[in-house]
Amino acid sequence: MPSSATSPKLTNAAELLARGAVPSAQWRPGLGEAACHAEVFAPAREASGAGLALALARDGWRDLNGGELADVSDERGILWVQDAKAAKLGGLPYRAGLPEDWRRRLIHVLAPRPVDALFALEEGVRCRELAFVIGELAGNPRELDFTASRRLTLAAERHGVPLYLVRLDARRDLSAARMRWEVASASSPAPRWNAAAPGVPAWQAELFRSRRHRPGRWALHDERGGLAALAPLARADEANATPDPRDLAAGAGDRSLAARPGM
Amino acid sequence: MLADARALCPSIAVAPADPAGDLDFLEHFALWARRWGPWSAMDAPDGALVDVSGVAHLFGGEAQLLADVARKVSARGLLSRSAIAPTAGAAWALAHHGADGSILAPDVDAEARLANLPAAALRLDGDVLAILRRLGLKRLGDLTTRFGSRDGRDALHRRFRNRRSPAANPLVRLDQLLGKVPEPLLPVVPQEMPLVQRRLAEPIRHRALLDRVLADLALDMARALEGKGEGARRLELGMWKLDGEVLVRTLELAAATREAGHITRLFSEKLDDVDAGFGIELVRLRASWSQPLGLSQGDFEAAAEEHGTSLAACIDRLSVRLGAQAVRRPVPHASHLPERAQRWQPPLEPVPPAQGELAFHQRPLKMLEQAERISVLYATPDGYPKTFRWRGQRHDVVRVEGPERIAPEWWRERSTVRLRDYYRIEDGEGRRYWIYRHGIAGDGRGGAPDWYLQGLCA
Repeated sequence: MPSSATSPKLTNAAELLARGAVPSAQWRPGLGEAACHAEVFAPAREASGAGLALALARDGWRDLNGGELADVSDERGILWVQDAKAAKLGGLPYRAGLPEDWRRRLIHVLAPRPVDALFALEEGVRCRELAFVIGELAGNPRELDFTASRRLTLAAERHGVPLYLVRLDARRDLSAARMRWEVASASSPAPRWNAAAPGVPAWQAELFRSRRHRPGRWALHDERGGLAALAPLARADEANATPDPRDLAAGAGDRSLAARPGM
Repeated sequence: MLADARALCPSIAVAPADPAGDLDFLEHFALWARRWGPWSAMDAPDGALVDVSGVAHLFGGEAQLLADVARKVSARGLLSRSAIAPTAGAAWALAHHGADGSILAPDVDAEARLANLPAAALRLDGDVLAILRRLGLKRLGDLTTRFGSRDGRDALHRRFRNRRSPAANPLVRLDQLLGKVPEPLLPVVPQEMPLVQRRLAEPIRHRALLDRVLADLALDMARALEGKGEGARRLELGMWKLDGEVLVRTLELAAATREAGHITRLFSEKLDDVDAGFGIELVRLRASWSQPLGLSQGDFEAAAEEHGTSLAACIDRLSVRLGAQAVRRPVPHASHLPERAQRWQPPLEPVPPAQGELAFHQRPLKMLEQAERISVLYATPDGYPKTFRWRGQRHDVVRVEGPERIAPEWWRERSTVRLRDYYRIEDGEGRRYWIYRHGIAGDGRGGAPDWYLQGLCA
């Protein structure tokens, strides 16, 4: 497995620069970076959170492994952790609905309490034989505070296993996640042969906090197993408010944490 | 029954029957009986067969061997009857129905020698013996003399032509007894379980000391397993307390391992509720299930080994903390019903073979544990809904694909189970669901059909 050795190093800035991904540039699909800890806020009434998390994971995984052109196929497992409330709200993953090559690799963990789910997530990101970890937590559990999310971030970055944490019906609380998304379903592009049918999954996603990227909104959709974006949607409010959104966004992201006492 | 027996004989000794214990004893006895030969087999319920070919001279002859058997067995308080013969069947017949200690030499005519034994000496089932008795075939000699010729044998063969098992067919048993057909026996092979223990000079009452002992035991166990080239799948930790109570903690591992640190860590999670009482004086670790695990080449780079945990170790840690039921892998199952088409099994078990799935229809990414009922408004009872209400919110159906009709599995369900028409729908806000109508109007299997929401599409 060549990827397990390479992925942790990708987080440092020099390699990112070498790959052409300039920090704090506009995010776009296929950027090829390991977003080691991403949070996806989604409503619990739809599967958009898990859908986008999977799509982001696929996006990152593809780029790191050279996609279909890789010499060695990556057969590492996928860990999907749900706490009981999230499983009740959103249901369990369904094998036949997953992408074809991931079906046999999925390992599901049903944790009775959020604290157990956090334990499972941390064990997952520490495991070198997992391609990535997806977590689903409902609401804002008390155990998932800044310290807990920081623990997860550090463990994920140290071991190079990306973690995508889906937060169902949650407030945007304090978190150390490197990228934080807010997602909702969007009406899908019409399929070619049956315009009346629902098409490939599409989402309205907002990157509202990121360490490296400018915040923005995208209309994303699945395209032949990958992630594709229409042009980033204009954000009238931000464009008017900030002359240089890049610096301000990065600054705001850091300040929001630093301003809290005791952090 | 017992009261009647006691009325007749007040001094009767009564003990409850223990078939499993008897079988266990017989197994041990068969192992012990290997002192007279290279291998032995159990002959349930009350015998053991030992292969003594070429062994007798070690005991000074076959008669001395049998005498040794009688002496050793009676010294253990058991009654015995023994015999030596060229075939297992003949030895059984002689031991059960011949004189005790009889020896059938290979060059003697076995047919003539065994002719006087009853038909029961053939190890047959009760009903077959009854048939033979009604036919007037009471001794082995009746079978061999009357039916030894070709015609006679054919007559007996026709009578028992449907009986395949040796215990139901006297001809097969007779041939086995005379050595004309082979009779394979299943030897008992002792399985040594790796076991390590520590007797403690001073009973321990504190957790830190117990952890220390546990770490030592895990190291010993790793060494014992490595010597056998095996890895443990199940480990049992027994702690004998001063007051005679035994505490047992069992650990199941997802893959064979002999990593001492891993074992220690998993057990220490299970030791939190141990009450040492007056102290623990003996700790014993036993690998009751182990699998072959070869030595493997370590990585050249030390960092690559220390980096992260292996998948098996990760799953062990998860299942020790959350229970084995919490960590699962979905596997396909041969069924059309969506909720039955997926089953869960332990993550590192081999995936059962399955047919390829038909890719005509898309399936949702997530499936509710129980399909939830929705109230709908529709234009026609056979069509898809215009609007439905789920969990207190209204959804307007904008785009729809369907129906995909999934019939009930008539071979395992009652005839009144209704079919399902599945629709993949998208509502005005772009949310995609998988809903179904349970039955169709006028199918004679209940009233107006209900609607359910079963899956959430990405």
